[in-house]
Amino acid sequence: MLFAHPKFEHSEANHELLLAISNLENVEVRDLYELYPEFNISIQHEQEALFEADVIIWQHPFYWYSCPPLMKQWIDIVLEFGWAYGPGGVYLKNKHILNAVTSGGTAETYGPDGNNRFTLRDFLQPFEQTAKLCNMTYLPVFHIGGTHQISAEKLKTGAYKYRELLIQLRDAVLLDEASLQNFYFKND
Amino acid sequence: MEGFLPQAIIFITAAIVCVPIAKRLGMGSILGYLIAGIVIGPYFLGFLEEGEDIMEKAEFGVVMMLFLIGLELEPKNLWRMKKLILQVGLIQVLVTSAVLFGIGLGLGFSWQLSLAVGLSMALSSTAIVLQSLKEKNQMESQVGKFSFGVLLMQDIAVIPILAILPLLVVVGSAPIDAEVGSYGLIESYPGWLQTLFIFGAIGVVVLLGKFGFGPLLNWVSKTRLRELFTASALLIVVGIAFLMELVGLSPALGTFLAGVILANSPYKHALESDLDPFKGLLLGLFFMAVGATINFNLIFANTSIIVGATVLIITLKTGIILGIGKFKKLSISENLPFAVGLSQVGEFSFVTYAFALQLGILDQSNSDYLMAITALSMTITPILMVLMDKFILPRLNRINASDREMDDIEVNHKVILVGFSHFGSTLGRFLRANGVEATVLDFDPDRVDFLRKMGFKVYYGDATRLDLLQSAGAEDANILISAIHDPETNRKLVELCKKNFPNLEIMIRTRNRTDAYELIEMGVKNIYRENLDTSIRMGQDALKKLGFRAYTVLRLGQSFREYDESALKILAKYKNDEKKYISVGKLQIEQQEALLSGELAKKFSLNDHAWDSENMKEALNKKH
Repeated sequence: MLFAHPKFEHSEANHELLLAISNLENVEVRDLYELYPEFNISIQHEQEALFEADVIIWQHPFYWYSCPPLMKQWIDIVLEFGWAYGPGGVYLKNKHILNAVTSGGTAETYGPDGNNRFTLRDFLQPFEQTAKLCNMTYLPVFHIGGTHQISAEKLKTGAYKYRELLIQLRDAVLLDEASLQNFYFKND
Repeated sequence: MEGFLPQAIIFITAAIVCVPIAKRLGMGSILGYLIAGIVIGPYFLGFLEEGEDIMEKAEFGVVMMLFLIGLELEPKNLWRMKKLILQVGLIQVLVTSAVLFGIGLGLGFSWQLSLAVGLSMALSSTAIVLQSLKEKNQMESQVGKFSFGVLLMQDIAVIPILAILPLLVVVGSAPIDAEVGSYGLIESYPGWLQTLFIFGAIGVVVLLGKFGFGPLLNWVSKTRLRELFTASALLIVVGIAFLMELVGLSPALGTFLAGVILANSPYKHALESDLDPFKGLLLGLFFMAVGATINFNLIFANTSIIVGATVLIITLKTGIILGIGKFKKLSISENLPFAVGLSQVGEFSFVTYAFALQLGILDQSNSDYLMAITALSMTITPILMVLMDKFILPRLNRINASDREMDDIEVNHKVILVGFSHFGSTLGRFLRANGVEATVLDFDPDRVDFLRKMGFKVYYGDATRLDLLQSAGAEDANILISAIHDPETNRKLVELCKKNFPNLEIMIRTRNRTDAYELIEMGVKNIYRENLDTSIRMGQDALKKLGFRAYTVLRLGQSFREYDESALKILAKYKNDEKKYISVGKLQIEQQEALLSGELAKKFSLNDHAWDSENMKEALNKKH
């Protein structure tokens, strides 16, 4: 799980999520802003970690309909031509990947009728295509919305669902999209 | 006029009067010295009786010049020139001698005389050509390289020429004088032994250059007595010159060789700056002596012969070199200065005339004529060069402006790094790792030696000396970095650079705020307090160990440094106003304290609302 939050100490939602998965076996959390505060990402280490993993999660707040800059930097320099894609770029082939995002806006605001006009999946298309180019299977997004007003209880439920999702992803031999839909979290 | 002091006064006064005037008229210093020599010579004011005598001594300036040129030419660069030296140089010497030899025969002179004169007149004046190239800053240009290659070959050619001359003497026609100049001290030995001596002497120079001079200069420089260092530099040059004369080699060639070997030495720039004034003075003296040698009585009596011969020789030499240049695909605007520059007869021929006279190849009147022709040619070519630079080349360049080649890349590095302590060496390593080779100056001979062994190009010398900075290339460099700890030295360095190299950007290391204030007042823009970054970094790591998030700590450190730097600049502004200083200083301290106290510390750390959702949450809650 690749985590990027420039001000994690102020994010209750992400705290809950990380707490929920902190003691899971075979789940590695890579806290990018803690590892590379100066944006000097070690390509070698990141690629080794990716190679070991079967499922990859980009967990991040959904700032301005995208990820924080360090995660974009990570995508830019770790997913190298000839390693992740292009000729010889076979090291991510058949791995699974998804975004796990928190947003201030509720799930309802993401859609043709909401303030944000487009669905979350629409906004995440660059990530989906990135996965496609690397021959990975892109899984549906895990989303916790309305974090500005979310109740502690609801947040706990969301975090629990997140934990369940990770366990299922970890243990599943075959992943089908239908069963993953169970993990959409709606807190409104 | 007799006596050392009056003579010195005459020479110096003549130089001081004539050279600046010549320079102002755009003629270059050489012509100025030559005119000064003519004026004080026997045919005008008559202060000077015997130009040749002085010339012999002053020729040492040429020896020094070649040593200094050698210093700037690293062996690998010399090796790269070998084709130039062998092809262009050798062809010039051989063809010119052959043509002059033929003309001599055609005019009905004996073949011995024709050959001797042909060989000596083929050579050009190292002193005039190199001095004017240096003055015009053209040593690195195509013209400079070609000219230098030819001159080097000519200096090598001196050896066989001196060897051939005695062979020209018909057996028994003239007794060979044992005291032929200083040359020929080993002539009483058989040929193979002479050859052995010559190679032995060159070997000694190479060995001394590689292993002897370095330790000597290190030992001397530890005394920190500048005059002793200068004396050692002189000893090296004089010693090698003497050794070369002993075995009959050109002293200029010997010292040039020593210079090339020392080109990699840490003392390169120190040697350059110490010997340069001597070289300049001696060369000036030499040119004045040439001027004084011109026998105007003879010229006026036989104007047509002497002027005709001089013009013929200059035209011939120019023509031959033009041909070689054309063959080597020099553009006309390069070829012309190359050919005209080398068209005079060199100072070396004064030596060969004297030698040939003693051998009986020449008689006195021949010798007088030849001397007059040589001196005249040495005076005329600088005038030709000036005329060409002023009137012909600008026109040619205008025509060729479009297909002109790019200028040669300067040899000097663009960055000068002063001080190679731990601070400087870290900086130097960082620059070097990124392909920037700085010219490094340091004042600790032991450290210089040590670092040299580690493969760093460090030069020994005191960076607060203008001449050293100049020879380190401060005029062409972009940046001067001072990694020195001592504020006094830094202050001097800044003053020196501001005054002499206004375009040089200076970056200075300082110990603390107090030193920084002084530098800000002096107008230095790039000031680096040596403890600022390290202490903040340590603080950042401490915060991280206390559980702060790494990225937050990074931002905190960055803004703290920014705050501290701007506080420094504000304080420096008020430094002179004592009262204000105290109050502003107080204000700053209060601010610092406030920053450290809880309330403001929070404000400081949250000085922006980046990624903060608190405001949004508040706004949302109000709405509901």
